[in-house]
Amino acid sequence: MQFLLAFIVVVPLIGAVAALLPAPPGLRGKGPDQAVLRHGVTVTGVILVAAIVLALGFDHGHPSKMQATTDIQWIPALNVHLHLGVDGISLPLVVLTALLTFLCALYSYFKMPPGPGPKAFVALLLVLESGTLATFAVLDLVLFFLAFEMVLIPMYFLIARWGGAGRTAAAWKFILYTLLGSVVMLLGLLLIGLKAGTFDMVALATDNGRGLTTSVQVIAVLAIGIGLAVKTPMFPLHSWLPDAHTAAPTVGSVLLAGVLLKMGTYGFVRIVLPIAPHGMHTFAPYLAAFAVAGIIYGSLACLALAKQGNKGDLKRLIAYSSVGHMGFVLLGIASMTPTGVNGALFANIAHGLITGLLFFLVGALKDRYGTADLDTLAGATGAALYGRAPRLGGLLAFAAVASLGLPGLAGFWGEMLAMFGAFDPAAGLSRPAFLTFVAIAALGTLLTAAYLLVVVRRVCMGGKPTEGPQLADIQGYEFAAWSPLVALTVLAGLWPAVLLGLTDPAVQKLLAGGKS
Amino acid sequence: MTPDVTIAAAGTASLVQSVDWVAIAPPLIAAAVALVVLLADLFLPPARKPLLGWITLAGLVAALAALVPLRTGSRSTFCLTANPDACSYTVDQFAFVIQALVLGGALLTALLAMKDTEEKLPAGEFWFLLLSSAAGAALLPAARDLATLVVALEVASLPAFALVGLKRGDRLSSEAALKFFLSSVTATAVMLLGVSFVYAATGTLHLTEIATKLADVPGQLGTVAETGVVLTLVGFAFKTAAAPFHFWVPDTYVGAPLPVAAYLSVVGKAVGFSGLILVTVVAFPAYADVWGPALAVLAALTMTIGNAAAVRQASTRAHSAVRLLAWSSVGQAGYLLVPIAAAAYSGDNKVGATVAYALMYAVVNLGAFAVAALVARGKPLNRLTDYRGLYAERPLAALALAFFLLCLAGLPPGIIGLFAKVTVFSAAVDAGLGWLAVVMAVNVVVALYYYLRWTAILFRAPETAVAPAEPAGEPSAAVGASSGPVAQPVRSRVPAPLAVAVALTATVGVVLSGLPQLALHFASVTLF
Repeated sequence: MQFLLAFIVVVPLIGAVAALLPAPPGLRGKGPDQAVLRHGVTVTGVILVAAIVLALGFDHGHPSKMQATTDIQWIPALNVHLHLGVDGISLPLVVLTALLTFLCALYSYFKMPPGPGPKAFVALLLVLESGTLATFAVLDLVLFFLAFEMVLIPMYFLIARWGGAGRTAAAWKFILYTLLGSVVMLLGLLLIGLKAGTFDMVALATDNGRGLTTSVQVIAVLAIGIGLAVKTPMFPLHSWLPDAHTAAPTVGSVLLAGVLLKMGTYGFVRIVLPIAPHGMHTFAPYLAAFAVAGIIYGSLACLALAKQGNKGDLKRLIAYSSVGHMGFVLLGIASMTPTGVNGALFANIAHGLITGLLFFLVGALKDRYGTADLDTLAGATGAALYGRAPRLGGLLAFAAVASLGLPGLAGFWGEMLAMFGAFDPAAGLSRPAFLTFVAIAALGTLLTAAYLLVVVRRVCMGGKPTEGPQLADIQGYEFAAWSPLVALTVLAGLWPAVLLGLTDPAVQKLLAGGKS
Repeated sequence: MTPDVTIAAAGTASLVQSVDWVAIAPPLIAAAVALVVLLADLFLPPARKPLLGWITLAGLVAALAALVPLRTGSRSTFCLTANPDACSYTVDQFAFVIQALVLGGALLTALLAMKDTEEKLPAGEFWFLLLSSAAGAALLPAARDLATLVVALEVASLPAFALVGLKRGDRLSSEAALKFFLSSVTATAVMLLGVSFVYAATGTLHLTEIATKLADVPGQLGTVAETGVVLTLVGFAFKTAAAPFHFWVPDTYVGAPLPVAAYLSVVGKAVGFSGLILVTVVAFPAYADVWGPALAVLAALTMTIGNAAAVRQASTRAHSAVRLLAWSSVGQAGYLLVPIAAAAYSGDNKVGATVAYALMYAVVNLGAFAVAALVARGKPLNRLTDYRGLYAERPLAALALAFFLLCLAGLPPGIIGLFAKVTVFSAAVDAGLGWLAVVMAVNVVVALYYYLRWTAILFRAPETAVAPAEPAGEPSAAVGASSGPVAQPVRSRVPAPLAVAVALTATVGVVLSGLPQLALHFASVTLF
């Protein structure tokens, strides 16, 4: 088991190096491009299988216990250990990352985004996968920072080299913004590590902040919180996200929304909540306020984009919807209750599945129409996707209603639990304030429903044009890449216990620290 | 190599100090080989001049080998016969690692210069000056009295002026040398004034003695001592190219031959920093409340000015690559100052972070210069735009340069750069210098912009607009017209020493990225 986790983190890196080398005889395929794309599918596929085996081998009786742990001293000078492990909180994220990366590799195999050759593309994709998986698997603060930084360079190049219009500016905005956040986060992590004398997350979480004075916790949470909030992204710090999403190639958007944003919220749950609870207590109401502001802001921005005549870009719209959805996640975390945090983790996974699917669908639309501009797509009456490509239209409508949180689909539980947690926040947090936040968030769900339904009406419905190019419906490879996401969305919606059973014990333990 | 000035201080008994030849071997070997090269230059026919380069390489390798017995423990020599604790020359962990750094840096510089000395530079003078400067640089970290320190500093600097001006008939080169010389001499004068004040206040030149005597200077001498401390620091601030004494850097680097610029950026800096560490941490701990805040402010200024100027470099300007590296080295000097400032607040083992960072910086900066030298062979203007498509042309060199730049930026895959920055941050946070840490955080982001911009250029597709325009009949003439006087095919053979330099720095960088402890070890042990 322990080798399996290390294997999952390291093999993509080896695969990335191998992708740059010429293919060995026997694996050359039809040409160098095809060979390297196939290499990407193989490596991510192996990682996915390993992640599934890890999930199957996971002791589901004790999800709060760190499993598959490795702990090797790496840099004694900085007291950094190669400490890896998964529990009920990180396991779903590891599997989600492995799944989404595999689906992206599979999708790219058939539909490589326009740009330079696929060699570097595959290598960057694999480095990105390794960095994300490492973020969820490491249990050392400095390593967490290292993993956090590891995704920046690959994502920068994915956007800057294979992106659409405005990609250079968007890529710069992405990397400078997030780097500034993560360097500030490093200061907070160092403060905690130096004052507590260890960088080990498990030991620090067991301590539950007892070794740290309140002032240290407050400063540390402020610094770490800013870094994580940029990544999440939280409302006033989100401005890199719409540009990055709009310019990124389809797989870039999928991974950015599906897994990279989760690194921010995961950090809140794994580091801020258990390690510096007093500091978090100080900032929780502000976090919640910014979270609901993000929910409202995201939905209003989406409504504006969806409005006729505003030249709204569909990718940008979904990016803004991510700001809103992550607002729910942050609200759940800010409630500091097991219910809220469980909801946040659930919403995390659900958002990864649903928004990943949405970006795939919008990418496919953009490929077919050559634009994602809603006004151009919809024309006078609507794009009439139901009529022209019924399966694609149906799937888009499915993803949209899943995203607006229809009960029975994955999007529902997370947001409901998050609001439920905020309805009765942890002791010491102002109940009236949180009640207000819940009320505003509830309004946000309405707005979310409004803009998603507008999008469905404008894209899927409308009079079928008599002439014009034929629109291809869902292709085989698209079906292969998307159906796992659809299936999991339905599964998580109908049987939420699958996820909550994993996260709940771990969350209980995290919030209680060494006391339980 | 004249540490005997200290003999004057001793009065009674035997005046003859014992000499530990093993301890002083590394700088001594460098100095001796310098003389050998100077003499050999007189007798060698021009065709055999390349031999001098090989003698230099062998000498530097021998000097490095002489360091091996010194790797553990601490040995002192040239101690006062009356007071054996006051020594002029001590090889401890600090001296060992800095000596290894400067000699290794000189070795890599020699590799970079092998081809240039055959073509453009006067071989004999170059090798002699390089070795003399390296000898001074190796002497400095072990010097433990102010006189030896100043002498070592001048032995390291004086040949450097000549090296900068060595490009015969190049106006830029002589101007650069003059600028460098004038500002450096001013700094030395200021520093000597400071040293004399300190001597006046304490009556000793030995650093450890100064440390104890400064702690209780008589009241009426307090101002003299304080002025002395400040003036000495100003002198070293110049040598480290800290703001506001940084203005000579870009012009000097651009005017100097490329290997010399590499040498200055690494060995020259190491000299300044080890001197600064010695006077602050070893000699003036009593005045930590003076130099601590001063260095912190200086660090913040230096990194901000260096990075801001680097960002503003236009990529089409001639020599913009070297100019960028020059400004970036100013910015990096700011990071190097941070742990020294932190040492004022929480104990002198913080300077280990500076040493660890300097090791990382030396390796990757020399590597970047090595690739720049490689590119400059085909494109003498060495603009940033000349690096476009380097990956298509020379994939390994491009990957190496990308790695070096990302190390300097401190982002994975440059893991050693990241951890070196983490140690510096950690020193600042531990010392309670939160504001400085935040300033540095912003600077790291600013710096990423220009490092990554350069990295991205490497992987852009080569400019296709030029290639098809060339008539197939006369390719060499067309290339000659577009890329300067060197009319060569695009992919000329890389000289072996240059390739070795790139490979060596890249290998060390990658190994350090896997095992950062090798470099960061010095951040956690007591160096003195």
